[in-house]
Amino acid sequence: MNISMIAWITLLVPLIAAALIVLVTRTSKPLASGLAILSALVAFVGAWTLFIAKTHGDFLGFNWINVAIDLDHHFTIPLGLLIDPLSRTMLVIVATIAPLVFIYSLGYMKEEEGYWRYFAGLALFLFSMLGIVLADNLVMMFIFWELVGVSSYILIGHYFRKNSAADAAKQAFLVNRIGDFGFMLGILFIWLATGDISFASLNPEAGALQGQPVMLAIGVVLIFCGTVGKSAQFPLHVWLPNSMEGPTPVSSLLHAATMVAAGVYLLARIFPLLAASPQASEIVLWIGAITALGAGFLAIGQDDIKGILAYSTISQLGYMVAGAGLAVSAALPMFHLFTHAFFKCLLFLSAGSVILGMHHEQDIWKMGGLKNKMPLTFLAYLAGMLALSGCPGLSGSFSKDLIMAHAWADHRAIFWVLVVGAALTPFYMARQASVVFLGSPRSDHAKHAHESPMVMVLPLLLLAIPSIAAGWGFVKNIFFPEALGSLEEAGHLPWFVEWIFISAFVVGIALAFAIYRNPAKDPLRIPLLANRFYIDAFYDWAVATIQGGFARLCSFIDRWFINGILVQGSATAIWFLGFCLRFLQVGNIQAYAFFFGAGVIALIYVLLTVH
Amino acid sequence: MPTLANYLLASGILFAIGLGGVMLRRSIIVIFMSLEMMLSAANLSLVAFSRYGLVNGHQNFNAQILVFFIITVAAAEVAVGLAIIVSLYRARQTTHVEDLDTLKF
Amino acid sequence: MLTVAFWFFATLMIAFGASVVLLRNPVSCAMSLVMSFISLAALFITLDAAFIGIIQILVYAGAVMVLFLFIIMLLDLRTEESRSLNIGATVGGLLVVSAFIAFLVKIISSTPAFSQKLPDFVGPQTSEVKMIGFTLFQTFWLPFEVVGVLLLVATVGVVVLSRKSLR
Repeated sequence: MNISMIAWITLLVPLIAAALIVLVTRTSKPLASGLAILSALVAFVGAWTLFIAKTHGDFLGFNWINVAIDLDHHFTIPLGLLIDPLSRTMLVIVATIAPLVFIYSLGYMKEEEGYWRYFAGLALFLFSMLGIVLADNLVMMFIFWELVGVSSYILIGHYFRKNSAADAAKQAFLVNRIGDFGFMLGILFIWLATGDISFASLNPEAGALQGQPVMLAIGVVLIFCGTVGKSAQFPLHVWLPNSMEGPTPVSSLLHAATMVAAGVYLLARIFPLLAASPQASEIVLWIGAITALGAGFLAIGQDDIKGILAYSTISQLGYMVAGAGLAVSAALPMFHLFTHAFFKCLLFLSAGSVILGMHHEQDIWKMGGLKNKMPLTFLAYLAGMLALSGCPGLSGSFSKDLIMAHAWADHRAIFWVLVVGAALTPFYMARQASVVFLGSPRSDHAKHAHESPMVMVLPLLLLAIPSIAAGWGFVKNIFFPEALGSLEEAGHLPWFVEWIFISAFVVGIALAFAIYRNPAKDPLRIPLLANRFYIDAFYDWAVATIQGGFARLCSFIDRWFINGILVQGSATAIWFLGFCLRFLQVGNIQAYAFFFGAGVIALIYVLLTVH
Repeated sequence: MPTLANYLLASGILFAIGLGGVMLRRSIIVIFMSLEMMLSAANLSLVAFSRYGLVNGHQNFNAQILVFFIITVAAAEVAVGLAIIVSLYRARQTTHVEDLDTLKF
Repeated sequence: MLTVAFWFFATLMIAFGASVVLLRNPVSCAMSLVMSFISLAALFITLDAAFIGIIQILVYAGAVMVLFLFIIMLLDLRTEESRSLNIGATVGGLLVVSAFIAFLVKIISSTPAFSQKLPDFVGPQTSEVKMIGFTLFQTFWLPFEVVGVLLLVATVGVVVLSRKSLR
């Protein structure tokens, strides 16, 4: 059993598990979940083995397409696994969180219908996500990118009998498709320019890109479109809040920790190209910053416990993308991805625990005083909340402050945008904590809530550990070695920058506790925020008008031009010709003989003159 | 000495007369006879070519064999054609071509 | 000698051919056709194709025309009554025929190869009938057999067609 075998097993076992669950385990709930959890544990062991062994290599599986263009040129798309420090770290993230979420699902989905569908979808997702992490070239990553989208569709639409869930799944897939269109154009662009799509040989000076900054920028921005779609950046962020229709473990695994982080992983993968193009990284930076700030504002106006966390995810993804746009190193956004994965997953799982305890009630204004009814959940939630808000000493503050520090050094305007976002984060998180856990119960469900079973609480407590510790020095050095890029502080920071961060944290929390001290309903009602900046309404109008209008135009052309003139017109013309010719059949035999003779004469004439 | 052109011209004129008979006469039997005249004209052409295009010092016998087959086939055709005319006469009681006009649209 | 024979018989053939088309009585047409065929057979003999000439008289004039006369008598055809002349058809037919003759004259006169005189035979000559026999039964043996089948089919067809009712 050599290293490449371990890598392939890590990748393929979840796929085999998914196939087996679909084929074999329709009637047996323990078998379905058991197979899924087993595959997650196998992936876990495989990922850690690869990490500890510090594997480094490009393991070719096979050449999917291999066509010879001429004597010394080949057109190949290989399918292989690239194991380098970046993929090792990401593997560890994915493969550690996945088993915890799978085990949590045992408790959460115990009474739900479609048990086998759920676990098959989760196993398929794990396979696809591992494929994205391990892919060694852009095309293979695109294949798994789409597979992840499919798994997301299956899982968001788990309660497909509810219209809102089916619509949310469709929206997620279609909005991602828009981003993926740009992604595919970017892949083709880079391919045509450099002739090579493998990550190991990405070179901003290769082929036609040499000395062509505009072309490089176009290629990078097109690939960034994939990130805009998958990581829910503005303007393609609209699917993520609606994806909360899926079961909560799905929201935590896919739409918080791993799948949406794939966009950031992509940016880290193409970092050599990104860093070499100042125009592209500027665009990336601004989109990330706008997303971070805008989503932070929208989170304030949410009343659904998962909705707040969804917008928080979008905001934090904006931080990661902004970190990538600063073009300092590939490790900068990955560090925030690392810490975010743990505490956001923790927050979502604890929200799921609350939802289960409240008998699937998700409106925070029906909750309250749950800290006494669900103490363990509250403790785990607190750890996650503080980590997210940037409490000094916890993991989130290390990664977020590092990004903001580099922004101070390089780009002062972005710095202030990010700082305001950093003040909003503790505000809405403390709002949520205060309304849900503190105060007094606002409904019967809240009065009779109880703690969740141990199978759900244990993953929560396990996730709290890295939420607290993942930013500390020695952990950072294990998972982000020098080979990944430097995570050093950005030059000389004036003393007050550090205090800006701490004050943002304190002000946010204090303000939230002041406003939301045991209210009966939301004192802050801002319609702009409640209607999500009216972006959804705009998209509805745009699709109905533009696409609908275009569809009507196409229908008109199809019905009148293609069908009427070309199809029926040509048929009618032939019919008319036949009708005219019919009158030649007079019935008189000698007339026929005459036509025959005349035809022969004409033929002889043609033969004579054509010579 | 008659040249090949003379024979071909004779054959051609006989053929043209036959063609005129097919197109201008009204009686089915006479039309049929003109048809036979056309076939014979073709036979004359073939035999002329057989005599004038010598092969190895003698006539081109392939053409004469073709004439042989044409005569045979013409005989078979006449037999069958006349049988058809007889049944047609039994059905329609006429041999006038203009009365046989139901083969139309 | 040959020239005289050619011109005499060619003129005869064409004259009788024209009378086939022009005469009214079907029996007269048939007899004219017989005379035309006999002249044609004479032309064949001037072309040193005696076998074909005899075959022409035996089969065509002898069998085919006799069959025609049988049918004319069976159907009791009289002189066809003259209906009103269809000007359009007549003009059309004459046009086609004259165009054909025009093309014919043009082509024949513009091909120098057709102006050759009667070539002489070279070398020892076997009897013409023998040669035809050899060619027929060696080179064209398969077509010969097929023509036999054709005659069989024609016979069967005639028998079927002559039945009073098609059963």
